[in-house]
Amino acid sequence: MAESIKIQLPLKDADLERLRAGDHVLLSGVIYSARDAAHKRMIAALEKGEALPIDVRGQVIYYVGPTPARPGRVIGSAGPTTSMRLDGSTPRLLEAGLKGIIGKGGRGPAVREALKKHRAVYFLAVGGTGALLSQRIKKVDIVAYEDLGTEAVRRMEVEDFPAIVVNDIHGNDLLEQGMAQYRQPDRLGSYAKSA
Amino acid sequence: MKEIHASQITETIARLCEDATHNLPEDVVAALRRAEGSEESPLAKQVLVEILDNVDLARRETIPLCQDTGTTVVFAEVGQDVHIVGGALTDAINGGVAKGYTEGFLRKSMADKPFSARTNTKDNTPAVIHTEIVPGDKLKLMVMPKGGGCENMSRFTVLLPNEGKEGVTNFVLRTVEESGGNPCPPVIVGVGIGGTAEYCMTLAKKAITRKVDEPSADPETAEFEKELLEKVNALGLGPQAVGGRNTALAVHIETYPAHITALPVAVNLQCHSARLKSAEL
Repeated sequence: MAESIKIQLPLKDADLERLRAGDHVLLSGVIYSARDAAHKRMIAALEKGEALPIDVRGQVIYYVGPTPARPGRVIGSAGPTTSMRLDGSTPRLLEAGLKGIIGKGGRGPAVREALKKHRAVYFLAVGGTGALLSQRIKKVDIVAYEDLGTEAVRRMEVEDFPAIVVNDIHGNDLLEQGMAQYRQPDRLGSYAKSA
Repeated sequence: MKEIHASQITETIARLCEDATHNLPEDVVAALRRAEGSEESPLAKQVLVEILDNVDLARRETIPLCQDTGTTVVFAEVGQDVHIVGGALTDAINGGVAKGYTEGFLRKSMADKPFSARTNTKDNTPAVIHTEIVPGDKLKLMVMPKGGGCENMSRFTVLLPNEGKEGVTNFVLRTVEESGGNPCPPVIVGVGIGGTAEYCMTLAKKAITRKVDEPSADPETAEFEKELLEKVNALGLGPQAVGGRNTALAVHIETYPAHITALPVAVNLQCHSARLKSAEL
């Protein structure tokens, strides 16, 4: 199994500098949840020159829409959603100073370029592990857009939250590297030529 | 003739919704364990360990396996000697979904007026219901909470008849490769071949209801499933697409005769959290 790097949030310059695509990390500190509907509102606010409901500078956003918490619990199941759907909004938030994103799946070329340009890191948390990840979230407060329900912006205090670096500030992409390393073109028949 | 009361259907569906979202079927867990054992990439192995830990935690602590508790897909096999009393079958099923998702603290993910207002229906109804009339006096209900991440990667095409097996192979490989980490690999690949457009996609969906380790009953189809699984795993995507040997746990194919002009192919992917529970009344 992979060795894990413990990171205390917010991300410092030295962390951003040393993290490499493929690193397994355990994040502790504060992260903010936001997904489709919250991004739509945040981008609209930025376009109108209004302040964002949270100061994203130096922060980490987690793409998650949890299940309702059972009584006495901090949060319900809380795993990542598909990041690609947020590709259109991401460069604008990186420009505003966001330093880390947690989601699942890969990012498009524009986001990868923006991550490099604005020196920010994209992590994946393992999709479909919402029960496990919920145990690493210790405190949750809704800080904006409460009317969005599961899509409201939440401030989450996390401890040893497991994630994997997909895109580092040096331009590396884990998903590209990983597939290249494990692909067996000789076993793909005519697909290997067409791809 | 056997009478089944609608309220019994509602209660059963509610229980299946809760059970399915918390307890992964044993055949899927066993396949994930085999994948963890065989994986060569340390990072992919780590991903599989987290997936297996999640399965244990969900069961033990009653936390949904995944926050996306899905569109509720229900397969109902209605024996032709069954008489449903006390309400309509569709209402009984939707009543069960509403009850299960509300009382079970599951996420409600259904948006009405999908191209405009997208208003949450607040109880995860309506379910997508596939009803089939079969011989006998039993009612078999199967609940599949289907996540958006994998469902959104579905593909359909109509190949030329002469493109044959190679055409099907390359379409399946392209679909899996282009979906990347979005459908949460290791996936179960459901493939429908033949029929008409809507029927072909239903075949692909039915294919993922089969147990992971159960090959097609038709030897030629079973052989093709095995071949396709090897090729899908040769893509190198691996768990969560971090690179590795285990991109899929299984490839299941369901076929139906096709029109002489066409070779329809549908792909429906199922994530590693392949939630499915059934009951018989």
